[in-house]
Amino acid sequence: MNLGGMMGRGGRGRTIYIDDGKTRTERKATLLRLTRYVLRNYKVSFLVVAMCILVTSVTTLASTLFTRTLIDQYIVPLTQADNPEYASLAQTLFKLGLILLLGVICSYAHSRIMINVSQGTMLRLRKALFSHMEQLPVKYFDTHVHGDIMSTYTNDVDTLRQMIGQSLPQAFNSVITLVVTFTSMVVLSVPLTLVSLLMAVVMMVVTGRLSRRSRTHFKAQQQSMAGLNGYVEEMLTGQRVVKVFCHEQQAIERFEQLNELFRTSATKANKIANVVMPVNGNLGNLSYVLIAVVGAWMALSGGISIGGMHCTITLGTIVSFLTLNKNFCQPISHVSQQINSIIAALAGAERVFALLDEEPEQDSGTVTLIQPSSSDGPYWQWQEENGQRRRVEGGVELEEVDFGYIKEKQVLFNICLQARPGQKIAFVGGTGAGKTTITNLINRFYDIQHGRILYDGIGVDRICKSHLRRSLGMVLQDTHLFTGSVMDNIRYGRLDASDQECIEAAKLVGADDFIRRLADGYQTQLNSDGGNLSQGERQLLNIARAAVADPPVLILDEATSSIDTRTEILVGQGMDSLMKGRTTFVIAHRLSTVRGADLIVVLEQGHIIEQGTHQELMDLKGKYFQLFTGNGL
Amino acid sequence: MLTTILKQIGRYRTATWLTPAMTSMEVVMDVLIPYVTARLIDEGINAGNLEKVYLNGALMVGMAGLSLLFGILAGRFAAEASAGFAANLRDAMFRNIQRFSFSDIDKYSTSGLVTRMTTDVSNLQGAFQMLLRVTVRSPFRLVLSIVMCLLIDARLSLIFVFALVILASAMGYIISHVAKTFSKVFQQYDALNARVHDNVSAIRVVKAFVREDYERKRFDKAAEGLYRLFVRAETLMAFNHPVMNLVVYGCIISLSWFGAHYIVARTLTTGELTSLFTYVMSILMSLMMLSMVFVQLTMSAASASRIAEVIEEEPDIVNPKHPVMEVKNGQVEFNHVRFAYKGGSGEYALNNVQLSIKSGETVGVIGGTGSGKSTLVNLISRLYDVSKGTVYVGGVDVRNYDLETLRNAVAVVLQQNTLFSGTVRDNLLWGNPQATDEQCRQACRDAQADEFISRMPEEYDTWIEQGGMNLSGGQRQRLCIARALMKNPKVLVLDDSTSACDTATDARIREAFSRALPGTTKIIISGRILSVKDCDRIIVMDGGKVVGYDTHTDLLRTNRIYQEIYAIQHEGGGDFDQPRTGLTGKEARRKK
Repeated sequence: MNLGGMMGRGGRGRTIYIDDGKTRTERKATLLRLTRYVLRNYKVSFLVVAMCILVTSVTTLASTLFTRTLIDQYIVPLTQADNPEYASLAQTLFKLGLILLLGVICSYAHSRIMINVSQGTMLRLRKALFSHMEQLPVKYFDTHVHGDIMSTYTNDVDTLRQMIGQSLPQAFNSVITLVVTFTSMVVLSVPLTLVSLLMAVVMMVVTGRLSRRSRTHFKAQQQSMAGLNGYVEEMLTGQRVVKVFCHEQQAIERFEQLNELFRTSATKANKIANVVMPVNGNLGNLSYVLIAVVGAWMALSGGISIGGMHCTITLGTIVSFLTLNKNFCQPISHVSQQINSIIAALAGAERVFALLDEEPEQDSGTVTLIQPSSSDGPYWQWQEENGQRRRVEGGVELEEVDFGYIKEKQVLFNICLQARPGQKIAFVGGTGAGKTTITNLINRFYDIQHGRILYDGIGVDRICKSHLRRSLGMVLQDTHLFTGSVMDNIRYGRLDASDQECIEAAKLVGADDFIRRLADGYQTQLNSDGGNLSQGERQLLNIARAAVADPPVLILDEATSSIDTRTEILVGQGMDSLMKGRTTFVIAHRLSTVRGADLIVVLEQGHIIEQGTHQELMDLKGKYFQLFTGNGL
Repeated sequence: MLTTILKQIGRYRTATWLTPAMTSMEVVMDVLIPYVTARLIDEGINAGNLEKVYLNGALMVGMAGLSLLFGILAGRFAAEASAGFAANLRDAMFRNIQRFSFSDIDKYSTSGLVTRMTTDVSNLQGAFQMLLRVTVRSPFRLVLSIVMCLLIDARLSLIFVFALVILASAMGYIISHVAKTFSKVFQQYDALNARVHDNVSAIRVVKAFVREDYERKRFDKAAEGLYRLFVRAETLMAFNHPVMNLVVYGCIISLSWFGAHYIVARTLTTGELTSLFTYVMSILMSLMMLSMVFVQLTMSAASASRIAEVIEEEPDIVNPKHPVMEVKNGQVEFNHVRFAYKGGSGEYALNNVQLSIKSGETVGVIGGTGSGKSTLVNLISRLYDVSKGTVYVGGVDVRNYDLETLRNAVAVVLQQNTLFSGTVRDNLLWGNPQATDEQCRQACRDAQADEFISRMPEEYDTWIEQGGMNLSGGQRQRLCIARALMKNPKVLVLDDSTSACDTATDARIREAFSRALPGTTKIIISGRILSVKDCDRIIVMDGGKVVGYDTHTDLLRTNRIYQEIYAIQHEGGGDFDQPRTGLTGKEARRKK
């Protein structure tokens, strides 16, 4: 039962390429790695499962072979006896019952253990994925589609469930069944075994052909599906524009073309896939008839000679052999049915491993931040590796910094600026001028290619990343809130903050007012995109979150952009007290926010073209003056 | 819900009926084959009659051939029917989504709609195919097998009845409990997804506050919750197999015991006994399959209801019966208009708005966040319907116009705008499919877009990525304005459409408007005083009400709110540039 596909509700229906151009060796490598991953933690479990499978196969075999014993040793003699004696039959049946019971117990043990193995592995993988993901650099998230990352946790991990829980043990089971049945078949009758083997080969060849053909069709299906899904996503995203331009009919026409294309390819692919089962089943029937005919002919004609060995056969043997033959065909058809799901699972595993193989963020910093405590005075302190301490002042200096998100495309050129402790530094410039990029370098979301960034005279690369970031309060352009209550979201800034401290912070930044008006006040539940709050309200919460963290340096990236001008005046006072005594970097497009800064840095296309105070820049009558007065070029 | 879904089978009805029909034939063959086998053993092998062996063998081969034929046909029809069904489901959804009004779109999120059109449809397609192929096969096989057993030996069949009762009750117990647990599993999946989503989209916040460990603990908790639920559900399901085996083995032992007696008493043959063994397996396997189908169907029911919801959604804005096909002029009038968003708090977003805009006039709209500026203009092209009052365009109630006529005459440049993958020209042609190259160029010149387009490598044939990702924010906005100009509208609405352009470009665009579109009514929403101060009149909005409607000079004298905004922005530009934030406040609120 394929639960896997149905569970992945997180990511979009991501395209899973059945035939994704991976070579056999690559797939084999993934399979090996996956097997090793599973085995590493569940060696004992697998050993027990293997034993259970072995016992189950033997008991199944016993029940199969019992038919012959029943007919040849009990029923035939009994029919010939004048006074039938059933006691020995009862005894045998009782023994058989015990053996079968053992089989049932083993079969249950096997499936129960495999649940732990498959679910346990999935849990481990998910945890490993998440913990690894948390260590990845910001760059990873900037360069990967978020839906795809999410789908790794659900769709890709889920495909493994079937593979580990069912396909792997079934493969093992099939091998054992094949070996065990084959041995018993050889013991029972060599000529009939040859017939059976012949049919098995035919089955394998036919299935192999069919699945090869179906795979090319599945590939076409995946491609047309990707095309259709891409179109649907694009159109639905722009649905409002479609309405405004009355473009509905054209959208439907194109959609129907793509939909039809997908339908025909899906039909073709599934037609072939659906044929595999009846073909295998009936080849099995054919095999059955062949054995029956050959067996009967052998029994009636008194046997045949192969290589000087005379082979005879009894009625009971034929009947048992027929069942054995069925058991022999089954694993072959099972495996052939699972091939596609195994390949899909391997594709999923590959994506899981790809994420696990991503290079984590490097951190060689040794300087740490010491929390203020009563004995050291109320200030944050830097601590060198050798234990030397000094107070965190909050001075930040950039020296000849060059940077590009990709090496070929430099976006910042020779940036030099100095922020003295407690100063307010404002960045001004158009979209793409590089304002946000500079802040991304200070907290080391990205690393510079050339130059130096000093924090209180210490190179930021020498400071342990987590400590560096703890010392920088960030309020970002994109307002992200987390699933949880308003209080939880504010407390995110400092986990040990009391309710009172959170409320104080909210009051400070002017958020208390609207929070109290929410349905459940501070306990109102928010979802991840904070859908029930306005952008401005979300920004206020983000500022409160930074306020509760109480960091020595603040970075405000368009922190008040969506708060309308009138509310901003109300918030202004709180913001001022928040910034007081802290070095603050501000990115803003509003004059009122920028004007009072100690240093205004004007950026254009990655270059600093002007810097100074408001008055100095106004006197300069350069770009700032133009922007400010609105008298463009 | 079910009828809506089943209606989508449409022209694949034949294939849908043929699948179970073919499957039944296949099952008949499958069930008869063991019977022939019994005869082959009894009349042929036991009786030492080789001829009978050949005869029954040939019969079996023939039946296997037929079974194969029916099997292949069933498979093909099933593929045809299920792929067609899925295509129809997608089509029905997409068509209806195209009829959606803005408030319908608000109700569903884009990602929700995409999931419904992809994941949910493929879930249902799989379930449908399974339903066609297995659900007919199993019960039919069950019944036939029981009939065959009764034919062979009614006394021994009593054993089956006994076995069936045990098995059915065990399965029933397991399924009902598993289904309950699985519905919880879905919820837990959502919780897990929420954790991942939070972290993927807000990784900067997580890293800025150094919350990696905290987040890890929260994720682990969600993942472990999922683990526990899954283990519980699967542990229950794991009983399926042993229970079935136990019953099968019980049957075999009792069959052997009683069978031996009957054979000795000459009321049963050895061949019949072996057939009975086969039928036992067949009956129990069918039951097993049925129980699995049942679980899967329960699970796809959620998908089905999500799909049905979209198909059944009645758009709240439709064309009137006798639509007016021409918009005379660009006069706009609001008569006591009230408006509340559906599913919102119920508060009016617009309260008793009374307005009159002359044809050809240029009107600015200014006001704080959430004051109702966008809501106001969205009513003009009937993107939403008023709750109370009337909106007139060209002297006619907007609800009396043909929607396409109205929307072609009233061009709106949305705040949340989108470009589509295709060339620059493709995108422009959305405004007017018959436009000439010169018309495209002219619109772009007016919107100040020609300047950057002509600098692009292939000019108007340059490929635009989905959402215009290869353009800057300002370039996107200008191209969107050009696209709207292509309509040559009677009323042009710009909803904060130049926010990412610098003030100089903004000014040039406005200047071009007055030159190129003298007869068009222009309504310009902006956060900047500078963008609206030269308009003929300016509407000042506050809390869903129009609190001022006058010229810049007069408003400065009389309107308190306008004065406040001016005071803050005064001395010039006020804005250096606009942020490129995602949802606006209203968008976000409406989503709820």
